[in-house]
Amino acid sequence: MSVLASVSITVNGQVVQALVEPRTSLADFLRNDLGLTGTHLGCEMGVCGACLVLLEDRAVHACLMYAVQAHGLGVETIEGLSERRAIADLQQAFHERNALQCGFCTPGVLVTAYELLSNGACPSRAEIRDALSGNYCRCTGYEAIVDAIGQVARGRAKVPNTPAGCKIGSDTDETVS
Amino acid sequence: MKARAFDYVRVSTIDDALAACARASGDFCYLAGGQSVVPSLSLRLQAPQLVIDISRIKEMRGIALIDGALRIGALTRHAEMLISPEIARHAPLLRLAAPHIAHPAIRNKGTIGGSIALADPAAEFPAVVLALDAELEIAGPDGRRRAKADGFFKGIYETGLEPGEILTAIIVPQFGENDRCAFDELARRHGDYALVGCAIQGRFAGNDVEAIRIAFLSAGPTQKRARNAEVVITGHRLSPKTIADAQSALELDLDPTEDEQTTATMRLHLARVLLGRVLGQFSCDSPRGGGRA
Ligand SMILES: Cc1cc2nc3c(=O)[nH]c(=O)nc-3n(C[C@H](O)[C@H](O)[C@H](O)COP(=O)(O)OP(=O)(O)OC[C@H]3O[C@@H](n4cnc5c(N)ncnc54)[C@H](O)[C@@H]3O)c2cc1C
Ligand code: FES
Ligand code: FES
Repeated sequence: MSVLASVSITVNGQVVQALVEPRTSLADFLRNDLGLTGTHLGCEMGVCGACLVLLEDRAVHACLMYAVQAHGLGVETIEGLSERRAIADLQQAFHERNALQCGFCTPGVLVTAYELLSNGACPSRAEIRDALSGNYCRCTGYEAIVDAIGQVARGRAKVPNTPAGCKIGSDTDETVS
Repeated sequence: MKARAFDYVRVSTIDDALAACARASGDFCYLAGGQSVVPSLSLRLQAPQLVIDISRIKEMRGIALIDGALRIGALTRHAEMLISPEIARHAPLLRLAAPHIAHPAIRNKGTIGGSIALADPAAEFPAVVLALDAELEIAGPDGRRRAKADGFFKGIYETGLEPGEILTAIIVPQFGENDRCAFDELARRHGDYALVGCAIQGRFAGNDVEAIRIAFLSAGPTQKRARNAEVVITGHRLSPKTIADAQSALELDLDPTEDEQTTATMRLHLARVLLGRVLGQFSCDSPRGGGRA
């Protein structure tokens, strides 16, 4: 066994100190050591997007980094985003639009959506699909997810649902992903 | 799968990284963005005893114009290429290529230095640095050196880096007034590794192409310039005939690899189709930067 490393990571606003094996992924650390099981693990190789978290406010795969690499940095998980109500409108829209079925992909999808909309962007359907290209959903067929994210983008931009100023809403730019 | 146990050391200077590698008693590897090395350790394709985390070395960050050349720190992330005003202005080809790399979250962590050091035959940036005629700044046990991108990519995952050497920066000649560039690739789905990709940068004199560098990815065991196609085009206007001749010349330039889904013949065909498209975007009339932004 390797030498344990001592880490201090700010998780959802709280400083967490721990001793970890260097090979422990951030995802395993969050799930097994901290009990934050909202971060899901599918492929463990950067393909499915179920494990997305925010590292210093940027979406990253928790399966593609070791917990030691987060030493001194801030991590926010789906639990943190949810509790500080940063994605309440997204969650509501996902509920209303049926944008989740089994829910396995949903935490990762919401992290992607949070980052996509975080700078006040008003993305087109094609841009939303492009942002979701690293999130696998085996249930919904994506359509409702794109609808829900588009609805929230318009809501945040205070654009009516048949927008003039906002690119979303026109279904003509639809592309197959 | 989980990685085999390893020791971990985080360094904050290049000298400390080299010292850690000198002290290592067994296998070691560097960790930058981790977007290739972490999955490879998880799949146990590699099982080093020591992982040296170089991702916090400040000297390897930042983008600056120095003596007419852009110095891009090896730790510059793919996502930074999309937003940096220096890149947009002085090395727009990197910006054109970056959206084709993987997905947003991987671009938030993956670094250009990691892409070039790894030299996956399907990676975009090795082809881009060939087209840019870039130089690579390297630090190693025997001191610092510079190497041309030309000749650096030797085979599948094989480069001119000696064991223990660190790629510290990429030096790109400043984009000139009459320079244009273009990039595109063919992939089954956006975000997937390309079936074939092509990066072009060159200079126009009026309507004629004065100089051109064309580099392909996923078209052979390593990223490669299409030198015969370059010769066909140099000194000429981009007429349909010049383009067709350049497409024919690719047969001499490329050595396409075969896999379960793509035969060598199909890959060569796709490379020709793609070259026609990318040359279509590479035009003296296109805005500075050229190509699709
Ligand atoms: C799902 C998925 C899809 C991807 N799709 C693409 C794609 O379409 N196109 C593409 O180009 N890439 C793709 N990648 C790879 C990604 O771009 C990586 O970020 C990149 O290849 C490596 O950069 P890194 O900083 O993550 O390097 P790491 O993973 O940290 O390191 C990679 C290798 O390079 C060495 N290394 C790293 N930095 C240096 C340095 N400065 N000096 C010396 N050696 C160094 C490491 O020791 C290691 O051997 C994908 C990855 C995943 C997981
Ligand atoms: S578990 Fe991380 S991307 Fe699939
Ligand atoms: S809702 Fe089941 S995978 Fe997306």
